[in-house]
Amino acid sequence: MVHIKRLQEEGTDILAVVGEIDASSSIELDLAIAKSVGEGATRILVDCSALEYISSAGLGVFMSYIEEFRDKNINMVLFGMKDKVINTFQILGLADLLHIRANKLEAKKLVNELSV
Amino acid sequence: MGAAVTWLVMVFSDVTVMFSNMKGLTPDVPMWLPRVMLDLYVICLFYYYKFKIERDESLNFTDLLWRVFATGLVATVFSLSLRMVDFLLGSTRLASNIFFIDVEYLINLGLLMSFLVAAGTCWKRLILYQKSKWLIRGWVVFEVILLIVLLSDNIQIVLEEWVIITGRVLICILALVLSANMKWVAYLNFKQKWTSLLLLLLSFFYLGYFFYTVNKFSDDIGNQLKDLAGTVNPEDAAAFLDFGAHAFNIYLFSFVMLYSIFSFLVILFNLPTSSVFEQKLEEVVNFQRISQSVQTEQSEESVYKILLESSVSSVFADAAWLEMKGEHKEATLQTYHISERDARKIQEHLGARHVKGILDQSSDKTKNLSDQLATLKGNRFRSIMAFPVLVKGEKIGTLALLKELPEGFNKEMTQIVSAFANQAGISIENFRLLKEAIQNERYKEELKIAKTVQKSLLPDKLEKSDDFDISAFSESADEVGGDYYDTLRINDHQVSLIIADVSGKGTTAAFHMSQMKGIFHSLSQQAPEPKDFMVRANQALRYCLERGSFISATYFVVDSSKQIIYYSRAGHCPVLIYKAAEKKADYLVDKGTALGMIKGKDYCNFVETNTISYATGDVMVLFTDGITEAKSPKGEEFGLELLKKTIVDSVEESPKAIQEKLIKRLYEYTGTEEIDDDYTTMIVKFK
Repeated sequence: MVHIKRLQEEGTDILAVVGEIDASSSIELDLAIAKSVGEGATRILVDCSALEYISSAGLGVFMSYIEEFRDKNINMVLFGMKDKVINTFQILGLADLLHIRANKLEAKKLVNELSV
Repeated sequence: MGAAVTWLVMVFSDVTVMFSNMKGLTPDVPMWLPRVMLDLYVICLFYYYKFKIERDESLNFTDLLWRVFATGLVATVFSLSLRMVDFLLGSTRLASNIFFIDVEYLINLGLLMSFLVAAGTCWKRLILYQKSKWLIRGWVVFEVILLIVLLSDNIQIVLEEWVIITGRVLICILALVLSANMKWVAYLNFKQKWTSLLLLLLSFFYLGYFFYTVNKFSDDIGNQLKDLAGTVNPEDAAAFLDFGAHAFNIYLFSFVMLYSIFSFLVILFNLPTSSVFEQKLEEVVNFQRISQSVQTEQSEESVYKILLESSVSSVFADAAWLEMKGEHKEATLQTYHISERDARKIQEHLGARHVKGILDQSSDKTKNLSDQLATLKGNRFRSIMAFPVLVKGEKIGTLALLKELPEGFNKEMTQIVSAFANQAGISIENFRLLKEAIQNERYKEELKIAKTVQKSLLPDKLEKSDDFDISAFSESADEVGGDYYDTLRINDHQVSLIIADVSGKGTTAAFHMSQMKGIFHSLSQQAPEPKDFMVRANQALRYCLERGSFISATYFVVDSSKQIIYYSRAGHCPVLIYKAAEKKADYLVDKGTALGMIKGKDYCNFVETNTISYATGDVMVLFTDGITEAKSPKGEEFGLELLKKTIVDSVEESPKAIQEKLIKRLYEYTGTEEIDDDYTTMIVKFK
C-alpha cells in the first residue's frame, strides 16, 4: 500500500511517497509521476523519507523515466531514503543513474543547479 | 373384466329373483345377490377408473372432461341403439316381456353407473388438483361415507329417521364444500374454457337422458310387477334393482351433477377474465425465460431480445426500443415496430424539451407525455414509458415502450415491466460474472503453464568439475517468478555460472527468463570477459524488455587452471564468499547496473569485471532477493546478516547440506510453508 501526496513549492513538484511500493502499488507511483510530467513539471523532487520498502517493480518505474527525462530535460531528485531502501537502489546500480540526496535542502539545491 | 362379470351375475340374479317373485316361488339365488352384485360392479368400476384416470399423469383438464364426455357418448350411443332395437321390435311380445325390459333396464343402469363413476373419478382429480391436508381428508371422508351408503343399501337396516336425515345433510354439506374447489378453472385458457363448457353441456345432456331412461324403465318394471303379481307382497315387489331406491346412486348422481353445474357456471363466469390469467401466466413464463437464459448458454443479446419481447407482450405496447451499452461501452439499439430513425427522433425530441425522468433513467415514473409527443411531427405515439436496466447499480441500458393511445400504461404494467427490466439486469450481471470467472480460470491456467515453462528452463543437471561441488535450489511462489540459474562448461578448465532475477511476475517474467537463458547459452560459449557478457546481454535485451522491466544478474567464469573467479554483477544481490583460510564470510562490494536499465551504449560504464581467487574449502553463495527479503511473522526481513550467519554455521558441510540448512532456517524464520516470493540459491564449494 502506498500513498502519494503531491505539492508544489517554488515551481518544483514534490511527491511524497508514504508506505510500501510493490508490484501493484508501483502503478500509483507511475501515475503520479506521469501526472506531474503531463502537467509540465520540469523539476520533480521525490520525498522518500516515509518509503518503507520498494520492490523491483517500483524501481522499474523510476528506471523507466530516466531516458524520457533526459530527452525532455526534466530533472528528478530523490531524497530522504532510509538505508534499507537506498541499499536496494545501490544493489541494482540504479543509484548511479538517478539523482539521490540525503535531505530536502540538498535535493532542492541540486535540482535548481541542474535546471539552470 | 371384474365389472363385466359382476354385471352379468347381477343381470342373471336379478332376472331370477324377479322371476321367482312373480311365480311366488322361493328363488334359487338369494334375494340379496343382485344388490351385492351392483355394489361389486360399482367398486370394480371405481378401481378400474382409479387406475385408468387417476394415475394417468399426462391428462390435462380438458382431457379429463373429454374422458367424461367420451364415456357418456359411448354409453348414450349404446343406450340409443337399444332403443332402436326396441323400436324395431315394436309391440311384439318380446318387447313387452318383463324380462326383456328388465335386461334392457339393467344394461342402461350399468351404463349409467359406469358413466357416473367415470365422471366422479375425473371430478376427484379436478377437485384435488391443488391439494391441501384438509381437502384430502374431506375427500376421504366423502368416499368412505359413499362406501358406507353403498353397503348399507344391501343390509336392510331400518334406521331412525334422524340418522338418515343427518347423514343426508352431512353428505350434502361435504359435497358442496368439495365442489367449491374449482382452482383448475383458472389454468384453462380461453379456448380450453369454451371446449370445457361444450363438454360439460353435453355431459348434462347424457346425465339427463340416462336419468330419464333408467327411471322410466324402473317405473315400467315396477308397474308391470304390480300388475302381474298383485298377490306378491309389496316388499318383494321392490326386490328388483330399483335405481331410485338405491341411496348411493342418488348421492353419486347428485354429486356428479352438482360439480358439473358448479364447473359450468364457474367457467362461464371466468370467461371474461381468462385473458388476464393467460397474461399473468405468460409473464411468469417470460420471467423464467429471462432468468434461465444464463443457464442455457445464451448470449446477452438474447436476454435483450427476450426482455423486449416480454415487455411488449405484457403491456400490449405498439412499439418499443431497447438501447443497451455493451461491455465495451458500445451502444446498440434494438427496436420493435419502430424504425431506428424514429426512435432517435423521439429521444432527441424529448431531450430537446428537457423531459426529465423518462430517458435519463434518473426516475422510473411514467408520465403523461401525450403533449410532448404530440408536438413531434409524424409521430403516431402518444404515451411512452421507460425503464433503466441496471447492472450493479450502474445503468447499462434503457427500455422504452410506446403506445398510440394517450395514457396507455397503468400501474400494473409499470410494475411488471420494471420487474422484467430488473430481472434482465440480474441476468446480464450473471453473464458478466460468469465470463469473468471463465477469464480468471483461463488466467490461472496460463499461470500454470508459465510455471511449468519456468521450471523447465532451470537446468536438471549442473556442470560437474573436479574443482568444486555445486548445488542449486529454486522454489517459486504460486505466482510465477523470474528466478534463473544455470551453468555451462566453456572449455576444460573454465565453467560459467549465472544467477538472474527478472523483474515482475507471471508469464512475462517466464518469457524474459527464457530470453536470458538463450543469451546465456549463446554468449558464454564464446568465452567473453564477464563485463563483455553483460554489455552484450544488455544490448540484446534492451529492445526486448518492456518499459520498466529489467533483469538483475551475476555472471561468473570459474577458471580452475588459475583458481580464479572472474565475475560481473549487473544489479544482482551481492555475492557471499566464505574464505576457509580466514574462517570469515563477506559480501563482495562492487558496482554494476541491472540489464535493461540503460538502453544506450554507455552501459559499459556501469558494469565491471571483478576478480577473486579461491582456495580449498572456500564457499561461494549466490542468491536472489527472495531470500533476504523473506519476512518473519513480525514483518522483519531475513536480511544479509542472518544469511551470512546461517552459511558460516554450516560451512564445513557439503553444498547440498548447507543449502538444506539454509532453506530449513528460512522456513523456520517465516513460520509458514507458503512463500510469497521465489527462493533461489546456488552454493559452490571449492575442493
